[in-house]
Amino acid sequence: MNGGAAGSVEAVFREERGRLLATLVGQFGDLDLAEEVASDAVAAALKRWPVDGVPGRPGAWLLTTARRKAVDRLRRDKAYAARLAVLQAEADRDGPAAEPAGDEDVPDERLRLFFTCCHPALPLEAQVALTLRCLAGLSTPEVARAFLVPAATMAQRIVRAKRKIKGARIPFRVPGADELPARLPGVLRVVYAIFTEGYAASAGPELVRGDLADEAIRLARILHRLLPREREVAGLLALMLLVDARRDARTGPDGQLVLLADQDRSRWDRAFIEEGRKLVVTALRGGRPGAYALQAAIAAVHDEAADVDTTDWPQVVALYDVLADVAPSPVVALNRAVAVAMRDGPAAGLALLDGLAADERLRGYHLLPAARADLLRRLGRRAEAVAAYEEAMALVGNAAERAYLARRLGEVRP
Amino acid sequence: MKYMLLIYGSQDVQPRTPEEGQRIMDEYWAYEKAVADAGVRIASDALQGVETATTVEVRDDGERVVTDGPFAETREVLGGYYLLDVPDLDAALDWAARCPGAQHGSRIEVRPIMEYEQS
Repeated sequence: MNGGAAGSVEAVFREERGRLLATLVGQFGDLDLAEEVASDAVAAALKRWPVDGVPGRPGAWLLTTARRKAVDRLRRDKAYAARLAVLQAEADRDGPAAEPAGDEDVPDERLRLFFTCCHPALPLEAQVALTLRCLAGLSTPEVARAFLVPAATMAQRIVRAKRKIKGARIPFRVPGADELPARLPGVLRVVYAIFTEGYAASAGPELVRGDLADEAIRLARILHRLLPREREVAGLLALMLLVDARRDARTGPDGQLVLLADQDRSRWDRAFIEEGRKLVVTALRGGRPGAYALQAAIAAVHDEAADVDTTDWPQVVALYDVLADVAPSPVVALNRAVAVAMRDGPAAGLALLDGLAADERLRGYHLLPAARADLLRRLGRRAEAVAAYEEAMALVGNAAERAYLARRLGEVRP
Repeated sequence: MKYMLLIYGSQDVQPRTPEEGQRIMDEYWAYEKAVADAGVRIASDALQGVETATTVEVRDDGERVVTDGPFAETREVLGGYYLLDVPDLDAALDWAARCPGAQHGSRIEVRPIMEYEQS
């Protein structure tokens, strides 16, 4: 009974968290306060609901409770009390708060909240980090991983962004249609980060969290309907479809990781690939290609090939060259090195990887030693391969990926 | 909440013709009237050029040092400001975007005013 009520609190909170926080921030202009009183309300629900039963409108119950707790806190805090008076005076002056006008502009509540959170007065990374943490339920370490920065650095950036929201009084309101393009880069990054987390969960037993990947694709489809001329929206949707097409082939019967080279390509989702390929064409046409469109094009080259040996590796490398120019990042350099190894042999790829070893941003990124280990194995340098596999295993957070590395390690160990 | 709209522009860019200069002045007058009519204007001024600037510093030993010119040699100089009282940053940004100081190659830095508690 108790467990059931606790379960429903959790379910309601996951469902309502975004709306709850957005409403509270809109009212009190303070994300820290909003997060604190939202947690307080959940704690109260965990105590009350097992006794009183789950209320008829649990979301409204949480909001009312959180709001009351916020007012209590503000009353206790002298500095806040003055602010509350100002807020009240302004609310009176502005008249009754109008219903958000943008409801029809963005036909999905979660996306509306993403657009609300991705305020252009915040740096892009902070927009994405705040949105992911507050509205998509990703933890700070998960968000940090998406940006290849240490968790402490990301926590610091989030603190700074919250301070600016409060200090400069950045309002939380649904933007109008004309404001959407300026907020789109942040929203796309949020959607892609949800997909990435779903595709290779940064921690936990399962490799693929299909619910996250499905949600990201659903959101991108809505965005594409909403903003059909935005080429990067088409690019992102194409990228996710072309990668997700391989979902079923990526894990073996016991949930173990199967790499691209060993996948049963007959299990790839042809409908997704077809849809993705059409979208890539749209995304690449008409001007300098965007980063999502280029990554989608690379995914399309893989999806079109019968196997790894007949993959058009020169084309893949050429696309990575353009991508490295459009959106340079150490991860792009890493992937390019792997493609060069396929085109020119493992030694050429290894030389490029060794050049990346000094990059601070890749420190702690398990795929760098994993890629090195693979090339060393192919070169027959077993002792070095063992060391690199062990290094990768110490860094990887996902159980399926760790099991794959352990399997490879067993093969090269003398 | 109060926001300072700081108008920065390049010193070298001058209106090409007297007509263009007059048109920009007219835009400023219209904007001045708009912020006043909306009831959001607290104060606003245009500054004379940096060639009229003088920098003062009182050193730790009490010596007063006066030098000709601005404190920092930068390409962009502060040309004027608007002090507005509006509900939030979005409103301040909307007013900043309407200001002629955000156009003609100059731009506006929007800074919230520090609020102190009254005791």
